[in-house]
Amino acid sequence: MRPAFWIGLFAVGSLATVVIAPFIGAHPVPLSAVLEPATGDAATMIFWNIRLPRVCLAWIAGAGLAVGGMAFQALFRNPLATPFTLGVSSGASLGAAVAVRLGWGAAWLGVSGVSVGAMAGAVLAIGIVYGLTRLRRDCTTGTMLLAGVAVNFFFSSLILLLQYTANFYDTFRILRWLVGSLQMVGFDAPLRVAPFVAGGCLLLATLMAELNLLSVGEELAASRGVAVGWIKSVLFLAISGMVGVIVSVCGPVGFVGLMCPHICRLIVGPDHRRLLPATIFFGGAFLVASDTVARTLFAPTELPVGIFTSFFGGPFFLWLLLRPPQYGKISA
Amino acid sequence: MSEPALEIESLSLAIRGQAILRDVSARFGVGETWSIIGANGAGKSTLLKCLMRIQNGWTGRVRVHGQELACLSQRELARHLAYVPQPGGEQRFPFTVREFVRMARYPWAGPFGAAQPGDSEVIAHALRLAEVEEFAERSLDTLSGGERQKVFFAAALAQGGNVLLLDEPTAFLDYRHQAEVAKIIHALHRERGATIVVVTHDVNAAMLMGGAVLALRDGALVWSGPARALACEQTLGLIFGATFRLLDDPVTGLRLVAPQGAGEYR
Repeated sequence: MRPAFWIGLFAVGSLATVVIAPFIGAHPVPLSAVLEPATGDAATMIFWNIRLPRVCLAWIAGAGLAVGGMAFQALFRNPLATPFTLGVSSGASLGAAVAVRLGWGAAWLGVSGVSVGAMAGAVLAIGIVYGLTRLRRDCTTGTMLLAGVAVNFFFSSLILLLQYTANFYDTFRILRWLVGSLQMVGFDAPLRVAPFVAGGCLLLATLMAELNLLSVGEELAASRGVAVGWIKSVLFLAISGMVGVIVSVCGPVGFVGLMCPHICRLIVGPDHRRLLPATIFFGGAFLVASDTVARTLFAPTELPVGIFTSFFGGPFFLWLLLRPPQYGKISA
Repeated sequence: MSEPALEIESLSLAIRGQAILRDVSARFGVGETWSIIGANGAGKSTLLKCLMRIQNGWTGRVRVHGQELACLSQRELARHLAYVPQPGGEQRFPFTVREFVRMARYPWAGPFGAAQPGDSEVIAHALRLAEVEEFAERSLDTLSGGERQKVFFAAALAQGGNVLLLDEPTAFLDYRHQAEVAKIIHALHRERGATIVVVTHDVNAAMLMGGAVLALRDGALVWSGPARALACEQTLGLIFGATFRLLDDPVTGLRLVAPQGAGEYR
């Protein structure tokens, strides 16, 4: 079984990146620092308090963003549809920018005001896109994509306005929310995101047959017995919410949801019963690896991982557009 | 008397104030063959979509084997009715033929889409009956239009319902594939005792298939009767708003039609 082999390989590779990545970085962490920890050792501190939580967050966020993209691509039968293209990223950035400008620095129930703003913005963007399609009583793919694009443009202009009128310090803080970064300390952030990503993956696991049918067409799916309207609403809101939570912690780390499901689909095929596990493992490993490169490439300067993923996202987009059709199992 | 396979009672549909279907009523008995004919835009395809609940927002009552459509879940409905959409859609399907046909077992699947015992026999039988076994492992998007249409039939067969709704099943197909599809429809009818409802604008296809005919014009039922009785200039004129010539076919003994105007502009 070739797909099973690949899924196994992705699982092993995923585990390997999570184990190896925390040892790599500007400050070397020898194996002995982990196996025989000495109190007060800087390397031990770095490993447990900084590197390992960051790697965990990267894995969880990567897996979540990747399956989010996978679900939306099936739902909209469009390789460009991801929660990000439908407005979640711009919503989150706008929410964060507003929070920065209003000076909501204080934490609220252990969550920073900016994170709350990002989450609210993501939910608002989803709500507008969903509301627009409901209002028109027209839940077709085209309407939703166009609504997402419109929300993206409008929110982007508001972000620019806020940035332009902000002072230097705030502008820099807003910028961090435009690119997405995994810089943080301790296990709070990964623990906050994990239940939502696990919930999203479980929901998708129960809906794999529906995703397969939706990916070949809504009318066909309905004729096969899928309650299309209901499933679409549930998936749209649940997956957007999950991505909203991820974005509220990491910022909009772009293109993970676009690239990972595509690569997995080329390798294990379009059947979601294989695609879902492959995408989870690949997405997690992908963001861990990307973040590791981003923080070591120009060490000691750490690049936000969002810059790195977007840098490869553009050429990937072009490759999607230009690759020969015999490899083109997914239509554009 | 047993319940009819499908019973439609004053079904009406308006989209943005425009009437698409007006007060259509019909009874399709178990094992009967029906053609729904009419000009482009008469509402034929939409009627099928209403029955399959792909199109919502209509009024009226529909009973499937005696059960109210409104009381059936989509999954229950799909156990009774199978639908073959119009060929020639733009979508590309990356699934293999076998995977695609297997996906049609959805209404019978367990939780997590788990396959049921007997599924593989049903799928193998469907692939054989629709004569698509030879390319069962190929990807659907590498097939020709005619081959793909046969795969859609295989999937509808595997779905296991006893009522088949076919939307222009032979439109855009060449003569050989038209004949093959007609053969599959007949096999279905004979072997399964399936109720067949075919939407078509082709009068000859309706007459060659036999059974009964229901004609729509501007969303309203204008004529209903046995297929043979269609061969009448007044009836056809009423349905299509065009004139026809009638030609005798020595093989079937049917009077077939050619549209007026064919050959007149040479």
